[in-house]
Amino acid sequence: MEHILSLLVFFPAMAGLLGFLVAKESIRAYGISVSAIEFFLSIILWIGYDSTNAGYQFVEYYPFISSYGMSYYLGVDGISLFLVILSTFITMIALIALSIEKEIKNLIISVLFLEMTMVGVFVILDVIWFYAFWELSLVPMLYIIGAWGSVNRMYAAIKFFLYTFAGSVLMLVGILYMGFLYHEATGIWSFALPDWYLLQVPFETQLWLFGAFFLAFAIKVPMFPFHTWLPYAHGQAPTIGSIILAAVLLKMGSYGFVRFSLPLFPDASVYFLIPVAVICIIMVIYAAMIAYAQKDMKQVIAYSSISHMGIVVLGTFAMNAEGITGSIFLMLSHGIVSGALFMLVGVIYDRRHTKLMSDFGGLASVMPNFATIYGIMLMASVGLPLSIGFVGEFLSLVGFYRISWVMTLLAGTGIILGAVYMLVLYKKSFFGEVVHAENKTLKDLNAKELTALIPLVALVAILGIYPKPVLSVIDMSVQKMLVLMDQKAVLQETKELLFKANTIGGTN
Amino acid sequence: MLEPILIDVASLNLPALLPMAILVVGALAVICADLAVKGLNRSFLTMITVLFIILDFGAVIGYTGPARGFFDVLLVDGIAIIAQVIILVASALFLPLSLSHRHFREFRMAEFYALFMFMIVGFQCMVVSDNLILIFIGLETSSLALYTLIALHNRAKAFEAAIKYFTMGALAAGFYGMSALIFYALTGSVEIYQIEKVLMARHFEPLIGVLAATVFMLGALGFKLSLVPSHTWTPDVYEGSSAPLAGYMSVVPKIAGFVVAMRLFEMLVSSGVVWVEHILYAAVVLTMTLANLTALVQEDVKRMLAFSSISHAGFMMAAILIGTTQANTALFLYWTLFMFTNLGAFTMLWIVRHRKNLWDERYQHPYTKFSGLVKIMPTTATIMGIFMFALAGMPPFSVFWGKLYLISAAINSEFIFLAVIIALNSAIAVYYYMKLVIYMFLKEPVTADAKLYATNASTPLKVIVGVAVIFTIFAIVFVEPLLTVITKYVIASGF
Repeated sequence: MEHILSLLVFFPAMAGLLGFLVAKESIRAYGISVSAIEFFLSIILWIGYDSTNAGYQFVEYYPFISSYGMSYYLGVDGISLFLVILSTFITMIALIALSIEKEIKNLIISVLFLEMTMVGVFVILDVIWFYAFWELSLVPMLYIIGAWGSVNRMYAAIKFFLYTFAGSVLMLVGILYMGFLYHEATGIWSFALPDWYLLQVPFETQLWLFGAFFLAFAIKVPMFPFHTWLPYAHGQAPTIGSIILAAVLLKMGSYGFVRFSLPLFPDASVYFLIPVAVICIIMVIYAAMIAYAQKDMKQVIAYSSISHMGIVVLGTFAMNAEGITGSIFLMLSHGIVSGALFMLVGVIYDRRHTKLMSDFGGLASVMPNFATIYGIMLMASVGLPLSIGFVGEFLSLVGFYRISWVMTLLAGTGIILGAVYMLVLYKKSFFGEVVHAENKTLKDLNAKELTALIPLVALVAILGIYPKPVLSVIDMSVQKMLVLMDQKAVLQETKELLFKANTIGGTN
Repeated sequence: MLEPILIDVASLNLPALLPMAILVVGALAVICADLAVKGLNRSFLTMITVLFIILDFGAVIGYTGPARGFFDVLLVDGIAIIAQVIILVASALFLPLSLSHRHFREFRMAEFYALFMFMIVGFQCMVVSDNLILIFIGLETSSLALYTLIALHNRAKAFEAAIKYFTMGALAAGFYGMSALIFYALTGSVEIYQIEKVLMARHFEPLIGVLAATVFMLGALGFKLSLVPSHTWTPDVYEGSSAPLAGYMSVVPKIAGFVVAMRLFEMLVSSGVVWVEHILYAAVVLTMTLANLTALVQEDVKRMLAFSSISHAGFMMAAILIGTTQANTALFLYWTLFMFTNLGAFTMLWIVRHRKNLWDERYQHPYTKFSGLVKIMPTTATIMGIFMFALAGMPPFSVFWGKLYLISAAINSEFIFLAVIIALNSAIAVYYYMKLVIYMFLKEPVTADAKLYATNASTPLKVIVGVAVIFTIFAIVFVEPLLTVITKYVIASGF
């Protein structure tokens, strides 16, 4: 168990390198095996994880460029544990469901390298390395969208890459400035996040640094008005690209808020609370309205992702344990649900080569299993109680209720709007008569697709009914982070807000 | 009647001259050997030159004498040693590119190798001196040799490039002369440390004189370093020269220029006279940004690399502007890492060189040439992709660490705005580097004939690419030792 995190990070990369030697016929089996082993490793991590300890576990620390304070520093806590498992799980499921034949070897190797960067982002505690993994994750995704996407794939791939890259270079300046501040304060160089947690940053500086980090995270999430790359990327990406993008890559942004913005700059986070919340509400409502207007099934889900990510960020900025725990849980549930929905769209696209809702209708009678699973996922996405989507959404909104009930109410309309566009989608595609002759002969889900989808359905139900094992672990680390925020805050108002947000009764 | 001057040979500190002397002897020996034995093979000439470079390297590393020598015109300090090491290593790596699969006339001539060695001597003279006259001699020796080397490529474009370079270079030499003259007129000395002393004592009065000298010097060095606005020759000259020479030009003459700029401008910037800093600031920002924007619209990879190297030079001038020990360390770290990556990129262009312009009438290496390369030659495409991402500053590849250290140096000395501009420029730069990656990985191939791309490949070239790739990918391992060594030398020479 000593080096399990290093193993988790570099096993897929090693496997990717060796994958060059595997023959094309067996590469799919190879990819699935590697990702299954990786998933198994992450489960071992969970089993070995001490759920009574809120701090970093399985820590590995080696000084690296010591004259400049860089180190190889890994650790996992409740906040990142499940995101790691989500990454490995979704990669495995996506590879099982993979239906692409063209240049499959390059695709699978890219996915394995992508898996390395995803796990790396979540477990690394040295900020320079974090930046490295963060940037590196763009390259395989660029290739996946650009090489296996549909007609406008190149434009979409470039847009995705440039948006996210441009956002994060300023984060690099912010990171280096933090390093400089740490050096000023202590006389030693360090880029280790736990060291930075101990540093109190003056309020003015916090505002600037918060801005530098915020831009990078906001583009990744993506928050309004930086969201325009996402529908494009989803529209053009192959199914596996969309699944990983929606399920994991977007979570890097919201993880960044929890891991960096809040604990490093508590005063700035509180200072910008209302503007951020307003952006979140715009995201929730505006994206939901656009989703309703879409004709393309995949675009509906893409915009619904933006809408849901709005609630994730809102929950994070609730500044209390319920909100933040809820938002992390919502990241997981959104990962599972949106991954499944994109997979389902991929299933129908493989059969009909269209994603337009007007080309379907009456699918429920032709493909009953498909319609059932689609329906379950749809309900989970809407946030039906007892499904996985409800838990996180409810907790996030409850958390934010303490900050402002008006805003919570507005954000809550997102759930209603979500129900509207999702049910309309379901009605148009699945109910009614089969109007198009091509649809009459569609085959229902095959064994491969069922293998990939049934675990997702099971998770939706199990975690929807009994989320406690996950929630309690997350909650522990979140509480610890909140205490840290409170200790670090330099302004009295911040402390007061944190106090109010975390006591029953609320602010107004 | 003049008094006879008596000088003790021991006080001349001749060992300080040894490195340059070795290459001069080597160059003369190669010419003599060529006279005696006709038809020496290029592999012999290349390897003998590399051996002389290695001897020179040994002499540089092994030098233990005092910093001053030869009538005090030589100054062998820390930055002189690092710069010489970079110059020699780069030369030794670039020269074997002559051993390509196809034969080129210039590489069969012994004169090429002799000129090459004279050129290195010139660069070395530039970096081991703070005497404006010796620097001038070094500058001219190296430039004249380089013009000829370019012209030896024997293509219409090469002549054009050589003549363009020559005329612009003559203008720059004139500027340099004017600047040195004014400095001499102001202070009565041609040695930078003396000039500094006198100017400091006089609080940089008369300002107009110092301003004129600085502007002329910026024009002269700006030409060598291809700073905006004296950068216009760069893309044409790179395009006209063979890929190895173009790669060489983007690395070695510049490091020599940087050292001279460091010695001169850091003295001027630290003077506290505000406008010197402002002029330099403007030059730095313009160089980075304009070169990057122009690179965006290039249709030829070599021209794109030319503009990108201008922009990298802009980053380096930022280090000189900042002027702290960390910034100077960053300069050398950046340039060492950049050297390997750029070497790799230009070698790749050299490998895929084809006799005819098959893809475009105007350009040798248009982007379309690389369309779908991953489907034709996956390894070549992947390696080229790594070089591109590295040049773009993608972590964890080589140039990223240099950039990281440079931005950090800017932040640590409160140049936040400069740091942001550097960061934004990296974001712009990623687009044109990525353009090549997109052509290679995402487009469909135009011609699926792998042979067209491998006409110039040979084992030595592949080995050089291998070295460059290893340094680029595993740069992370070399950063710490490099930093330690460079910092030590930079501090030792008081920068």
